[in-house]
Amino acid sequence: MNAGTVLLHPLAVRLTHWINALAILAMVLSGWRIYNADPQFGFTFPKDWTLGGWLAGALQWHFAAMWLLFANGVAYLAYGILSGHFRRKFLPLSPRAALRDALDALRLRLEHDDLSVYNAAQRAAYLGAIVLILLLVLSGLVLWKPVQLHALGTLMGDYEGARYVHFFCMAGIVLFALVHVLMVVLVPRTLPAMFTGRLRRTP
Amino acid sequence: MSMGDSFKPHRGPRIASLERRLFLRHGLSLGALALLSGCELRDSESVQGMLDAMSGWNDGVQAWLFSPTRLAPEFPENRITKPFPFNAYYGRDEIRRVDPGSYRLEISGLVRGKRTWTLPELHDLPQVSQVTRHICVEGWSAIGKWSGVRFADFLQRAGADLTAKYVGFKCFDDYSTSIDMATALHPQTQLSLRFADHLLPPEYGAPLKLRIPTKLGFKNPKHIAAIFVTNVYPGGYWEDQGYNWFSGS
Repeated sequence: MNAGTVLLHPLAVRLTHWINALAILAMVLSGWRIYNADPQFGFTFPKDWTLGGWLAGALQWHFAAMWLLFANGVAYLAYGILSGHFRRKFLPLSPRAALRDALDALRLRLEHDDLSVYNAAQRAAYLGAIVLILLLVLSGLVLWKPVQLHALGTLMGDYEGARYVHFFCMAGIVLFALVHVLMVVLVPRTLPAMFTGRLRRTP
Repeated sequence: MSMGDSFKPHRGPRIASLERRLFLRHGLSLGALALLSGCELRDSESVQGMLDAMSGWNDGVQAWLFSPTRLAPEFPENRITKPFPFNAYYGRDEIRRVDPGSYRLEISGLVRGKRTWTLPELHDLPQVSQVTRHICVEGWSAIGKWSGVRFADFLQRAGADLTAKYVGFKCFDDYSTSIDMATALHPQTQLSLRFADHLLPPEYGAPLKLRIPTKLGFKNPKHIAAIFVTNVYPGGYWEDQGYNWFSGS
């Protein structure tokens, strides 16, 4: 690393971030096509925004990409916990601070001078995304194996309850992704850093 | 034997149907641009190969997850869905009518016993009932009550080779499907003669259907004409078009 830059994101984080982005994209787009086969909420997703072409194709994508999501997620969580990455980057976190920073962000008043420290709104959002993906995996397992994993299903209202959990967590992760990308547009120097891991030191 | 080995041989030559190519071309629009940037459409065959391989892997994982003794949840009768949905690869106007008087169930392949069964003979076998949730591959579910012969009992009486890998079904509506022997022998897998305490009506598969509460709805064949026991992967109507073969719940 040369003297003019700081390491912002370790390689493990960058790698798992982009694999996760790909896996989530495949899961959401194929999931929308699967949803369209029996639209619970009376609307369907535009076909051109979906992956798989028809139900069987979408299911094939969904049940292939789930392994990518799962394996990558396990690697990320293991790294985050064992290396201390989560503790360093996400803690401490208070709801009051998260709310304050979120409101500041909405008023475009949030400072972004030091990108190596996540503000409280970021900490809450990233932790929230992890929780949402965990819930998506758990509810997805119930939908895939409502009999073999029935005990897990009883925690979320059985098969039909899991459909709601799965849908609303999908909506949550899509909302997260939209805000996440919007923030990158507003603070563009975060994007190259997610590839190289490095950031030029601010003078 | 490693997980999934037993399912490899049946992934034979694929049907390179026009339909498959078409759905790939349409389906790989937006998602593919993002996922496969750099790849071109000519790679779609290898993408499909990867998806087929993953589906085969998922067959193996599901067989491994499947417990021969874990039961699907049963419900009180007041939870039964009314009206129970009709679903098939055709519309209501094409529902098949089978004459119960001349009906004969045929069983062939790896069996030593009686090869044809009349409806009265099936009604004379010990009967069981279940109120279970039918889950469609489309996502919806509905609770119904089915009664009939435990399939394991029937296979035993027919002298089927219970160590064979597959049981296949051919139906009067030109439908077909097949299941693994472990699921065939599951205590809730039922050769159903009745629905909601009445003889099976045509829309739910008269005169005979297979009810499997541990598999998705399309693995529950209706209007069964013939059953065969085999070690050669039989595929099925939807399975041959890309739906996951095991499709367990």
